Amino acid sequence: MAGEFGNPEVVEEEVDILLIGGGMACCGAAYEVMRWAEGTDLKIRLVDKAAMDRSGAVAMGLSAINTYIGTEQDPADYARMVSNDLMGITRDDLAYDVGRHVDESVHLFEEWGLPIWKTDENGERFDGSKGMTPLKDGGKPVRSGKWQIMINGESYKWIVAEAAKKALGTDNIQERVFIVKLVNDKNDSNRVAGAVGFSVREDKVFVYKAKAILLAAGGCVNIFRPRSVGEGQGRAWYPVWNAGSTYAMAAEAGAEMTLMENRFVPTRFKDGYGPVGAWFLLFKSQATNAVGEIYMQRNKEMLDDYPPYGQAAVPASCLRNHLMLKEMKEGRGPIWMDTVTALANLRETLTPREVKHLEAEAWEDFLDMCIGQCGIWVGENIEPEKKNSELMPTEPYLLGSHSGCCGIWVSGPTDVGAPTDEALGEGIPEHLPKGWNWGYRAMTTVTGLWTAGDGVGASGHKFSSGSHAEGRLAAKAMVKYCLDNKDLTPELDTSVEDLVAEIYKPVRNYMEFKDYSTAIDINPNYITPRMLQFRLQKIMDEYVAGVATYYTTNSHMLEVAGEKIDMLKEDAEKMRAKDLHELLRAWENYHRIITAEAHMKHIEFRQESRYPGFYYRMDKNFVDEENWKCFVNSVYDKETKKWTCFKRAHTDLVDKSKLFK
Amino acid sequence: MPTFVRTEKCDGCKGQDKTACMYICPHDLMKLDKDGSETGHAMKAFNQEPDQCWECYSCVKICPQQAIEARHYADIVPLGGSVQPLRGSDSIMWTIKFRNGTLKRFKFPIRTTPEGSIDPYGGKPAADMSKIEEPGFFVQCNGFREGDRSELIKV
Repeated sequence: MAGEFGNPEVVEEEVDILLIGGGMACCGAAYEVMRWAEGTDLKIRLVDKAAMDRSGAVAMGLSAINTYIGTEQDPADYARMVSNDLMGITRDDLAYDVGRHVDESVHLFEEWGLPIWKTDENGERFDGSKGMTPLKDGGKPVRSGKWQIMINGESYKWIVAEAAKKALGTDNIQERVFIVKLVNDKNDSNRVAGAVGFSVREDKVFVYKAKAILLAAGGCVNIFRPRSVGEGQGRAWYPVWNAGSTYAMAAEAGAEMTLMENRFVPTRFKDGYGPVGAWFLLFKSQATNAVGEIYMQRNKEMLDDYPPYGQAAVPASCLRNHLMLKEMKEGRGPIWMDTVTALANLRETLTPREVKHLEAEAWEDFLDMCIGQCGIWVGENIEPEKKNSELMPTEPYLLGSHSGCCGIWVSGPTDVGAPTDEALGEGIPEHLPKGWNWGYRAMTTVTGLWTAGDGVGASGHKFSSGSHAEGRLAAKAMVKYCLDNKDLTPELDTSVEDLVAEIYKPVRNYMEFKDYSTAIDINPNYITPRMLQFRLQKIMDEYVAGVATYYTTNSHMLEVAGEKIDMLKEDAEKMRAKDLHELLRAWENYHRIITAEAHMKHIEFRQESRYPGFYYRMDKNFVDEENWKCFVNSVYDKETKKWTCFKRAHTDLVDKSKLFK
Repeated sequence: MPTFVRTEKCDGCKGQDKTACMYICPHDLMKLDKDGSETGHAMKAFNQEPDQCWECYSCVKICPQQAIEARHYADIVPLGGSVQPLRGSDSIMWTIKFRNGTLKRFKFPIRTTPEGSIDPYGGKPAADMSKIEEPGFFVQCNGFREGDRSELIKV
């Protein structure tokens, strides 16, 4: 029997391994962990704030798997691509490890029932329902780019979740519980001992103790004011439910964060944020300015300002934005995706059957993963063969699995030449590791805490398949850790009573003050999570290089942002929750604030503009290879609520010069 | 386009405690108005926070009554179009109506195996505990890419 609103029932459980999240990473972890844990008596639990069938970034489906290495490429090629796209500062050990493992997961997806497009011996392409040779037996995928393969992916997440749920068993899954806070160990402040959260369905608080925790709850969306501020604000490019929970909870537990200054500003079909990958790579479409000039050609010389990253065959994503923004700022917008010419060119060589198929492919690309874009096409009477569509760079997003690399500093593989005994540079807290691996793969710098997918920083481009593979790598290491630490008994450093009071504070704020005013939303004693989110978005947009300033900021603007965020953090303690749904929003927005603050502090610390096209420090508007080709990492002190940023040395483990030959 | 629930079609999943749309929504948007106090329609579901709707269509696809549709974001999209799926066990059918009346229909495969048929460890070996610290997973599906070690410049 659940408690009542304001006075929840407390459920305490002790497990060995706790998986927080239900997306691709945790589904991968679930699949791998149960096999390694067979016969060990380890108790395992997965907690998801939604339903696994449709949770995480793949909820809607996908039209492509963006990371499939295949037999023709080397994991080192993949690590090189990741590095260049992220302006040279990534961990080759992490990317390389994803590269050599990721196809294993893709082959499982196909075995489980995911339809993967294939080409026959004549090069003709077929959808994934035709029973052609599976990838694992040498079947040829349809490459929409060097790393991407096309799928019929409406049920991608449904399929991957089915395997994970069956592996775990229903009794080991807790859905609709939102974990909001990690708890450190009473006897070791740098160890995690548990996690707490609440049910969004009934008045229950869950207190878990665990030896090993995998925190993989996605990236961060809607910390910047989005371009659409009415109903359309839900049409975020990345899932609107990714609230920075991974970054905020890890930071508060003391984990070393990395490259939190990095962000992704995808150029997408305007307003609907439909994917452009298939249009550029599969349909060979071009993007132009208002008068039909291809800006990547028109502004080509701008790539030379950023050697060597602009000079690879595929320039870094941010630089492609950089060239596009010039057109917008100089008044040559709108920017168009020339779908009409692309499809006309393709029709010239195709049979009528193939033309019909081509039209279906174009629509499926959106229907599988971004249905809202189809909504815009039908509302505006856009048929892509007859009318071009606008492109637009979005509001910024923070993530570690797509073309972004912010996240948590984790232990890498030991067999690829990563540094193990670096001298700790200036300002690096002494308790932190001296190299890139410290025992357990994918463990953070907090003992017992792992992450995967969007949580792992300094890599990127792992996408759905790589996130699944990373979850599996973490799972193996977690089992090993638990077996190595059989006698460990986690003890929470905070009393259950205090934890419950903290979690339910927004509810109590509401209960205490709700009758003070006649209008439920206007009350000087509390703030609604919705208004708090608007405040955060306004600060970030106007001072921390959002769309309002064409992604520009400077040290003075960041200083103002800092003052405003300090007050916002204080006011977060006055958030109200009038029901459990609003309590969910309250905690999501708390996580957003911590994540946004990390982003701002890192941008302030890095004295250059490493990602032109994603953001510009106008007072340091250059890439400084000599002083800043390094990681910017940080730790957060939950007592003082302050960040400490510091540099960590970067080194290449694969030869990058091959990109430029 | 936030989703909305057709009053005449929703049956509140026949009086169960929670509806299919509540079960599936990744963002906790769908809510059953048990007594009609929130919408005027007792025992029917509604989208309680439409400006947080990602348009993922999870609720549209799962609704057993096909009672859920989407009305495109009013702050972006002209009225009159619709994009409506019918999801089966192995394929999905889309009916697409433009503002100007143009109609298109598409059918795409979604799955090559029967739903619920996955046997996660069937035919797969047990984990070899002696290899727990080596690269690779408990099972090899011909997808591990060993890589050319000479590419690793610090090994």
